Amino acid sequence: MSEGFRLDRRRIVALAGIVVALALFGIVSSQVPGDQISTLRITYANARPVDPPLADIPLPTVATVGVVALLLIAGALYIMRGTGRDLTSIYAGVLIFATIFVILIWAISGSRTDIVDMLARMVRLATPIALGALAGILCERSGIINIAIEGLMLTGACVGFIAALLSGNSWIGMLIAILGGGTIVMVHAILSIRFKIDQIISGTVINILAVGVTGYLRANVILPLTSAGATGSTLAAIPIPLLSSIPVLGPIFFNHRPVTYLMLILIPLMHLLLFRTAWGLRTRAIGEHPRAADTMGINVIGLRYLNVFFAGMMAGLAGAWFSLEASFNFDDVMTNGRGFIALAAMIFGKWTPFGALGGALIFSSADALQIKIQGFDFALPPQFLQMLPYVITIIVLAGIIGRPRPPAAIGKPYEK
Amino acid sequence: MTTKPESPPRPGIDWRGLATSLLVSLLAIFSALVIGAGVILVTSGSASPNRSPGVCDAVGEIQSVYVLCKAYGGLFVGALGNPRAIANTLVEATPYILAGLAVALGFKCGLFNIGAEGQIIMGSMAAAVAGAMFVGLPMIIHLPLALLAGVLSGALWGAVPGFLRARTGAHEVITTIMLNYIAIRLIDYLIKGPFRDTSSSAPRTAFVAEEARLPFLFGPDYRLHAGFLIALIMAFVIWWLLNKTTIGFEIRTVGANPDAAQYAGMSITRNFVLAMAISGGLAGLAGASTVLGLEHNYKAAFTGGYGFDSIAIALLASSNPIGIIPAAMFWGALRNGAGLMQLESGISINLINIIQALVIIFVAADQIVRWIYRLPARRGTQTTLTRGWGG
Repeated sequence: MSEGFRLDRRRIVALAGIVVALALFGIVSSQVPGDQISTLRITYANARPVDPPLADIPLPTVATVGVVALLLIAGALYIMRGTGRDLTSIYAGVLIFATIFVILIWAISGSRTDIVDMLARMVRLATPIALGALAGILCERSGIINIAIEGLMLTGACVGFIAALLSGNSWIGMLIAILGGGTIVMVHAILSIRFKIDQIISGTVINILAVGVTGYLRANVILPLTSAGATGSTLAAIPIPLLSSIPVLGPIFFNHRPVTYLMLILIPLMHLLLFRTAWGLRTRAIGEHPRAADTMGINVIGLRYLNVFFAGMMAGLAGAWFSLEASFNFDDVMTNGRGFIALAAMIFGKWTPFGALGGALIFSSADALQIKIQGFDFALPPQFLQMLPYVITIIVLAGIIGRPRPPAAIGKPYEK
Repeated sequence: MTTKPESPPRPGIDWRGLATSLLVSLLAIFSALVIGAGVILVTSGSASPNRSPGVCDAVGEIQSVYVLCKAYGGLFVGALGNPRAIANTLVEATPYILAGLAVALGFKCGLFNIGAEGQIIMGSMAAAVAGAMFVGLPMIIHLPLALLAGVLSGALWGAVPGFLRARTGAHEVITTIMLNYIAIRLIDYLIKGPFRDTSSSAPRTAFVAEEARLPFLFGPDYRLHAGFLIALIMAFVIWWLLNKTTIGFEIRTVGANPDAAQYAGMSITRNFVLAMAISGGLAGLAGASTVLGLEHNYKAAFTGGYGFDSIAIALLASSNPIGIIPAAMFWGALRNGAGLMQLESGISINLINIIQALVIIFVAADQIVRWIYRLPARRGTQTTLTRGWGG
């Protein structure tokens, strides 16, 4: 892309920021009376609803939205000047968060909401997206496009649920979900590495196969099992002693269920492995320049198989979140596009684990917002809020937030 | 002096290539049905309540084979057993022909439109609304108007990913899927909100006017409607467009080699947007023909899996517009027979989805089929869809 496009992108984002800021302020100030207060409540860790809150932050709705809008416009003008570091990407991320914050403030005007609960929910809902993004990073850093994460998650969710039903133990279910993802992804690995099939097609094949297989298994295995009385329970929450009782931080980070903890551990772990170990260096090498890596004695094909297998297991774990952690249940196509959103989070995070977590949190904040304001009397139809994660995905892919620079050898089969 | 320059030999139809790709398609279907049979044999035991799973006794074996015969027998009879079944197969095939053409046309331009579902949804909605509004128009105006509304709405839904792909590199595989989800939410809102038929308890649009309905071809006893004829005509129109017009030539050139096309002065953006708009328009027509010919109103979530099915059909037909017709009819037969299969054998309709995915694997990965059945490897190059995410 040329230098001219970069300048354009900067202006487009800045203009979008100004338009969004004005639109938000215009709509909110016309819909909400000026004297309405939105209260953000901060609760103690493990507090019951009747307990007194740690703090209540009263925010005058219209004035707060006005301040946010002014800040956004100021930021846009700064971006527009275009001197110094290019902050466009950060600004775009802030813009999305600000929009979600304004919608929250607007929806709860005249009432209050528990902001700590909202943040904890964001971390929870980010789990499958972040894990899926990690799976994507593993594959793409090795030079394999993996569009099949959606299908892998769905398969993991399904087989994990069946295993949990049969064994009565959700931990075994989680293990089987991980192995299930690892097994199915080998179809993608063999098709794209051994048979050198277009990786987009072979990924799509897995997505379609997953819908068929899981639908069949649900009708012919899960429903007979549950109607015969097989039951189980979700993976239980494990509050970490002491840490979980810290106000604010405790509920957000230290009072979760197993898959969410695994995600929180895997993000820094993957960062270390990818950027601080020989394996990480080799993985990045076969994704950028496989021939050079081969010359250096790295087994390109073997390492690609291995990394795709790990990625499949990670996506399987993300699947376990759906059927064993968020609820003990399996529904047809229950992953609802989260696998594709994970790819957008990966791109947003520029193929780094921490960046992917940031991307995942943007998407999960849209999800959390939508859940949080259910039940409030709110002018915006819920369907439009449900669209938000998908719209953000398209915006991310369109490169408005940061220019993507994927690993160079991505999607190309390696010929010795 | 006036020696006529020797014109290069016109590229004739590569009959041999056509024959082998037909053979590959048939073998792919055959292999998928065989594996599907394996799935039935393995799972039918555990599905039947009077048999403990894992016990391998003679009675169980015979029972499994019996279930298998019942399943595939039911599939066949349900699809082609009597005139009404055949008519229903053709009815089922109608949207498949149009949606298959949509995906095939995308392939020709090097674009993978896996969002036919969303384009069908948008087309259905627009046709239903246009068909129910403007009451009092004569049929000769109202019916084309409603069809056109469906086409335009689908075309718009398709053109957006085409534009994004050309200008920003956002891969259409993800943007079209995302637009599917957005379309579903949007329709949910429209059907429950502005376009809801208030006289009905379930959320749906109002019935389309008589003048906007596609007539039945053989009377109301057979559900076969004029949309089937439109689909057949469109297959020939798309064949003509791709092979006999400049537009088609540009689309195919951009698909085969975008760099060369750009060098030759063709606009990538224009062709991507145009191809995706035509593709989306075809999908929109698929939705419109179903609404105007069959359902006569639009309820939430009445398309199911058309997007993925149409990929299978386009691959089966090697993206040949004329080949789409038999491929779509095969698909219509599978879908139409599935109901009786489930009734007769208790095997879930989802088996069809598995068979479908296997067919796609075997056709897309035709090296596997050629390898299993010892066919010669394909000459020429495959369309490349993988071009990274951006830039």
